Amino acid sequence: MIPELGHFAVILALGVALLQAIVPLLGWRRRDARLLSFAGSAAQGQFLCIAAAYACLTYCFVTKDFSVAYVAENDHSQLPLIYRITAVWGAHEGSLLLWVLILSGWTLAVSVFNRRLPLDMSALVLSVLGMVSTGFYLFILLTSSPFTRLVPAPAEGHDLNPILQDPGLAIHPPMLYMGYVGFSVAFAFAIAALITGRLDAAWARWTRPWTTTAWMFLTMGITLGSWWAYKELGWGGWWFWDPVENASFMPWLAGTALIHSLAVTEKRGLLKSWTVLLAILAFSLSLLGTFLVRSGVLVSVHAFASDPSRGTFMLAFMAVVVGGALTLFAWRAPKLITTGELQLFSREGLLLFNNLFLVIAAAAVLAGTLLPLVLDVLGITKLSVGPPYYNVVFLILIAPLFLLVGLAAVVPWKRGDWRETARRLKVPAIIAVILMVVLPFALHGRTTLLAATGALFGCWAIFAAAQDVWRRVRAKPEWRAGLRAVPRAVWGMTLAHIGLGIWALGVSGVVSFGDEKDVRLARGAETELGGYNFRFQEAGEQAGPNYTAQQGTVLVEHGGKLIATLHPQKRLYPSQGTVLTESSIDAGLMRDLYVSLGESYDDGSWSLRVYYKPMIRFIWLGGIFMFFGGLLAASDRRYRLARAAERRAIEIAEGAVA
Amino acid sequence: MTKRQKRMVAVGALVLGVGLAAALGFTAFRKNMMYFYTPSDLLTGKLAAGAALQLGGLVEKGSLKRGEGLAIEFVMSDCHNAVPVHYEGVLPDLFREGQGVIATGHMDAQNVFVASTILAKHDENYMPPNVAKAVGEVDGKHSCAPFKSVTTASSN
Repeated sequence: MIPELGHFAVILALGVALLQAIVPLLGWRRRDARLLSFAGSAAQGQFLCIAAAYACLTYCFVTKDFSVAYVAENDHSQLPLIYRITAVWGAHEGSLLLWVLILSGWTLAVSVFNRRLPLDMSALVLSVLGMVSTGFYLFILLTSSPFTRLVPAPAEGHDLNPILQDPGLAIHPPMLYMGYVGFSVAFAFAIAALITGRLDAAWARWTRPWTTTAWMFLTMGITLGSWWAYKELGWGGWWFWDPVENASFMPWLAGTALIHSLAVTEKRGLLKSWTVLLAILAFSLSLLGTFLVRSGVLVSVHAFASDPSRGTFMLAFMAVVVGGALTLFAWRAPKLITTGELQLFSREGLLLFNNLFLVIAAAAVLAGTLLPLVLDVLGITKLSVGPPYYNVVFLILIAPLFLLVGLAAVVPWKRGDWRETARRLKVPAIIAVILMVVLPFALHGRTTLLAATGALFGCWAIFAAAQDVWRRVRAKPEWRAGLRAVPRAVWGMTLAHIGLGIWALGVSGVVSFGDEKDVRLARGAETELGGYNFRFQEAGEQAGPNYTAQQGTVLVEHGGKLIATLHPQKRLYPSQGTVLTESSIDAGLMRDLYVSLGESYDDGSWSLRVYYKPMIRFIWLGGIFMFFGGLLAASDRRYRLARAAERRAIEIAEGAVA
Repeated sequence: MTKRQKRMVAVGALVLGVGLAAALGFTAFRKNMMYFYTPSDLLTGKLAAGAALQLGGLVEKGSLKRGEGLAIEFVMSDCHNAVPVHYEGVLPDLFREGQGVIATGHMDAQNVFVASTILAKHDENYMPPNVAKAVGEVDGKHSCAPFKSVTTASSN
């Protein structure tokens, strides 16, 4: 009964989404306020429907209703409760349901927070979101319903893929989807602007907090994904340039470009059509990511669905959305162009370069991800490009971005002054150069070209960003008042740029000084890595809630002192007969010690993989900084004040008409 | 310079920059791309010794031998042809005889494939599409006895 209710709720949501897409459009044509204001109610109704459907599926998982095919495939009677709840998005059908739930949540948020927007604008935004939802509901109902029954019902479920039974993965997809789907709001604003022809500073101000919020979730999602891959895949890497990682990284790059170009559009009224194009691009790349992951066209850990009808539907849907948006853009954008003067050495000029490099970077990732696929589909050849391609291309593209990020806060809008810029950036530059030489030696006792470059870039980004806040604080007679006077948007930018610097320190540190080793150790034998002594003590059996594990004990000594006891495991999940390596990590801010078990040999020895990972935590710390930077920037007071002021102006205007 | 000239310079610099980036990207792409081979491709085609490539196939049953330390030898096959593989290191969780794997590495002078990394997939029903296709092409009817279960599992 419950699954049928869920299925029915999805159908109902489809109906409401259709109305939400069509009615406001009619209202806009006829200038009918009642039809326009229907959009908000529809958004709320749609959310109720899809939330009910999602609750139904969760209920099926919690109650272990194996008569539902999707539940039977991904649930198991011995699965702990928390993973039964997260298993809802553990595979294709359920993760799509999560996708539409989040899309509907964003739509609901737009309908609630946009009450202060002009009615036609907010109604059109909701209409576009309704169209996107409609597409996804159709996708679910036609190709991937999670509520399909299985007759006869099996006595036991097939279980959630053990690799997904991890807290990191429990929160990674929702975060990632919040970001992916969040770009649909920016997209909807862009389309609404193209339809109404209202593309001004106010439009940019409405769009900015939404875009920044989506970006911050995507940043967090990618960061969590990286952390999960590091500890769970047992290979000690934090980024693999796996096509699925790229699928989330491309919208991130486009979205980062978008939040910067939106700043130009808001402050200077320039780059309008470019901003709109970026909004379309960012969402198109989100859809492409969904297509790549969900259609199973990739050779990847994530490709769990390979059903041609799904791929075809996604491709057609993408063609409609992207093609439609670009057609609308080609038709309407020429009318929106304003001729303004843009000085290259000014904040907007530098942001233009920032956009250029970010978009080229996205294009490079796109080429590396899609070209092998296209060549394969066309039957030309089968090839793949390895991480070295991305590493080389990224190093080249990221260097100018780091130079720009330091200039960002210092060079003013309209026209920059070389001399003033040099005066203000002198101290950060000197600090960065000194630390470039000193930092690698101080932290690791030696240096490499990459480590020095990373220290230079990272410190430059950090100190140049901090310089701006420092200057603002010093402008006030008292430092507490000074700190309070710094707007949240500036704090946000500063924090995000510092995050980028921290990330650079982490990457260059771990790549330059990280070390790894595969060894075969008998009981009591030891090996040395990065100045640490790893002694393999013993291996024994250990029982978990739904697995049994071979557990090794490894004592880590440094300078004759015991500093950690690690327990790497080799888990056997009997439900699927799957073996999973569970690494054991002694985590620290400055270094991780990482051990994972290989396999046992007849003579009682084990193969082990041992890693020394200096500063790897900085990589994720950088992501966390960026997340909070986005949070501060999106919650800046001026968005609320400006919205209230605009609303008053509209009310006055409406009053005058009445 | 007049405004017009300035703009031309800016546009010129932009085109040059994008062109340079594209050229660099293309070079990096060419340098780092790896072709995918099956054992049959390897044995029938001409190949520069030492070139990096990906080899996809199935681990032949009963071929796995452990040597000193972490050394491992096994035979990778696609029903028609087989290539001996040498690897030193920890194998992935799902490495099993009869399973599809992708190895990255090069052929040495003795015609042994020396692998630097080995990938096996996380789902035991799963076979890398490259491998599935390669095995399927060699033997479309899946009558290749030892691998039958694997190939049929991958097609659903």
